Amino acid sequence: MALPEVKQKTTEARLASLTLPEGGCLDAARHAALSRVEVTGLPDRRDEYWKYTRPDLFTQATAPVAVVSDRSESAIFDEFDRIKLVFVDGVFDPDASDAAVLEGVDVTRLADLKSRDDHWSKEIYGVLEARGQSPVARPLAALNTAFATDGVLIHVTSTPTKPIHIVYKQSSESSDAILHHVVRIDSGAQATILEDGPAAARFNTVLEADIADGGQLHMVRTQGREHERHAVTHIFSRLGKESVFKSFTLTVNGSLTRNEAIIEFTGDDAVAHVAGASVGDGAFHHDDTVFVTHDAVNCESRQVYKKVLRNGATGVFQGKILVKAGAQKTDGYQISQSLLLDDDSQFLAKPELEIYADDVACSHGSTSGAIDEEGLFYLRSRGVPVEEATDLLTLAFLAEAVEEIEDEDIAATMVDRLHGWLARRG
Amino acid sequence: MAVVDQFEAKEGVDQETVDAVREVSTYKYGWNTDIEMEYAPKGVNPDIVRLISEKNEEPEWMTQWRLDAFARWEKLEEPNWAMVSYPKIDFQDQYYYARPKSMEEKPKSLDEVDPKLLATYEKLGIPLKEQMILAGIEGAEDAPAEGRKVAVDAVFDSVSVGTTFQAELKKAGVIFCSISEAIREHPELVKKYLGTVVPVSDNFYATMNSAVFSDGSFVYVPPGVRCPMELSTYFRINAENTGQFERTLIIADKGSYVSYLEGCTAPQRDTAQLHAAVVEIIIEEDAEVKYSTVQNWYPGDENGQGGIYNFVTKRADCRGDRAKIMWTQVETGSAVTWKYPSCILRGEESQGEFYSIAIANNMQQADTGTKMVHLGKNTKSRIVSKGISAGKAQNTYRGLVSMHPKAKNSRNYTQCDSLLIGDKCGAHTVPYIEVKNNSSRVEHEATTSKVDDDQLFYCRQRGMDEEEAVALVVNGFCKDVLQALPMEFAMEAQQLVAISLEGSVG
Repeated sequence: MALPEVKQKTTEARLASLTLPEGGCLDAARHAALSRVEVTGLPDRRDEYWKYTRPDLFTQATAPVAVVSDRSESAIFDEFDRIKLVFVDGVFDPDASDAAVLEGVDVTRLADLKSRDDHWSKEIYGVLEARGQSPVARPLAALNTAFATDGVLIHVTSTPTKPIHIVYKQSSESSDAILHHVVRIDSGAQATILEDGPAAARFNTVLEADIADGGQLHMVRTQGREHERHAVTHIFSRLGKESVFKSFTLTVNGSLTRNEAIIEFTGDDAVAHVAGASVGDGAFHHDDTVFVTHDAVNCESRQVYKKVLRNGATGVFQGKILVKAGAQKTDGYQISQSLLLDDDSQFLAKPELEIYADDVACSHGSTSGAIDEEGLFYLRSRGVPVEEATDLLTLAFLAEAVEEIEDEDIAATMVDRLHGWLARRG
Repeated sequence: MAVVDQFEAKEGVDQETVDAVREVSTYKYGWNTDIEMEYAPKGVNPDIVRLISEKNEEPEWMTQWRLDAFARWEKLEEPNWAMVSYPKIDFQDQYYYARPKSMEEKPKSLDEVDPKLLATYEKLGIPLKEQMILAGIEGAEDAPAEGRKVAVDAVFDSVSVGTTFQAELKKAGVIFCSISEAIREHPELVKKYLGTVVPVSDNFYATMNSAVFSDGSFVYVPPGVRCPMELSTYFRINAENTGQFERTLIIADKGSYVSYLEGCTAPQRDTAQLHAAVVEIIIEEDAEVKYSTVQNWYPGDENGQGGIYNFVTKRADCRGDRAKIMWTQVETGSAVTWKYPSCILRGEESQGEFYSIAIANNMQQADTGTKMVHLGKNTKSRIVSKGISAGKAQNTYRGLVSMHPKAKNSRNYTQCDSLLIGDKCGAHTVPYIEVKNNSSRVEHEATTSKVDDDQLFYCRQRGMDEEEAVALVVNGFCKDVLQALPMEFAMEAQQLVAISLEGSVG
């Protein structure tokens, strides 16, 4: 079927602005992904899946300008012992990075596969992304698979002692980065991955995580306060039997962010928790889009998303729990809440359930409103100044999402960042 | 413990019983009336539109309105966003107008109506003789001694065959008649309100309805009048290959009140039939309208053969301050349902409520819900939706709650629960929530579960058979909605919940 004319033109223009990396063992995967993009075309605002977020800035041929922010605060995970891998405007910076030598982990650069005929990541690269294209197409992820210039390929064979930290830095105000990471967690292995930083003026990233039986992957990422940043991120995660996947994202401002998480249960008794806390001001537009597919018995999924919006900011949540026929004993939970600190901000949500099995307990809730007047009154009557009282209630509101982080020290760091945002009251 | 016993009980049911249950005729309105009909030629085109307008003796402005709608419809595409699938409808392969021959000369009073038609409604439990109370409420001891009067407008295929209690209603100033009569007798009201809530351009089926609607009901309640009785329309599709396109227009003027009931049935046929209705309700300051529906169109057989495709646009516009609308629906019939009774809360402090039970069994597909559009300050809305799926049916709740920037201090509460009976059916929830100011509060909750084994075990232990037990549990699940129904419907709805689920266990 031919694409609508406008969509066809946008897609062609974007594709013309990119060069398909040639050579190496991922060629076939890249070409297949390119065909996926050509079939569906890039998203536009007429697509139902982009009802609340305009994708134009992600699809236009050149990256929108975003000034490089001059942050005085220290990098977020500095106090933790970790292996640091640094990307500047989407290009790996070996000098700023630690040597990726850590027992239980094998790390390879995606760009190095150009000269290799075979690599373990071949079985995953573009595979999980392709699985995630149905029932809803995600053309920006397919675009990423086709054109990603770099990324890290992490094979976890046991339980490393430190987390791996991917640091994204921006140095040019018109940089346009496409990075693709692959993580394989072997049976029984465990790893933690940290991510932070603005990466580029426009950033498109895909992370594919294949977790084998009994494996565990914990992810914590922050998207900092570079006000003009535009980012579209995708996590595709496939869970084997009794495996665990946990992900938390803290977003503090940025101009346009769309974070997609696509989770698929293929083995029984697995657990996946995805959570996000986002706070934003003004031109902030933040979109969390989650799709959880239960295709195994007795799995548990939790989606916890909290947004605090101020000065005309927009928060979007699109979440779905799909329980396939036969995925009995599923426990699915989804909550999306927003706190609107003033009258100009807005919250748009589409929390969906699609269920084809009868012995399941699935629920979702979604709320939106202002700060609780009674709570505020209570605190003020006990002598807490109004601003402090508002901050306390705001942090309490965000707590349910932050509590999804298992590591207490990391959770505390997140709370510090939130304090920082509240202090910058506009 | 209970679970184990439950499984034993299930296995204990022998094949014979299962077959017997399956054979039970579950749709009791599946018979048809053998009556001489007059049809317009098959298909739809401007000539058919003109013909329908002519048959209804409509003025030129109405004919033109329809023709404009038709021209628009031809350019529209059928919507495909609902979670329903059905073979492509050939809109040219059906009749758009069918009326009993005996209705050629308009009967002057109910006494002149063809006895066959009266008997049809009698059989459906809808007596068209005045002074009679609606059947099916035996045991309703709480009813006032003089009996509850319900005025009925009966629509048979494309025409209204009669409206009861018109004289008595007239005394109160209430106009209750068929829409074709209203177009002739009260053109100023129709012109003022028709198409103002559901515009001609609204959606594919509403546009189509605007072009080809053949009849329907019209209600006008003047300022300050509390309608002295419940009003009711009963829709019956009888003819084969015929679509029914009715249009209802209800106007509740300032400070008035009316409760309106709608029922519908159709014969059991192998081919699917189309029903595309539009209901528009205008509610002025301080007025209140209750609109209750028991939709029991023929759902098709257990293999999905036949049944009604029900594509309905219903919308209420609370124009005045403190206006109130309450939609209550029990959806048990139709092969495919596509229906979203909506509320535009324009007036300050206006209120919208939506209570729904949607039951889908066998191969039925229901995609239903509501829209609450909050435009005025201090507006309130409440949504309670209960979806029940059994057999291989698919049941979707689709809804929108929208708080506009100016709708300060508004409230919405939404609860949608789904119940699954059996592992081959589906239950889905697709809510859209759009909040554009911070003084409003929106809460949405949804759960999906199965019939509780402990509850079933308890009922079975006390001697109920499995189907009775399921019906009782399901009735309990639907309680919030059943309680919101007018008494006449509550009785019928409770029985329907049991009937619709027959054959869904074992």
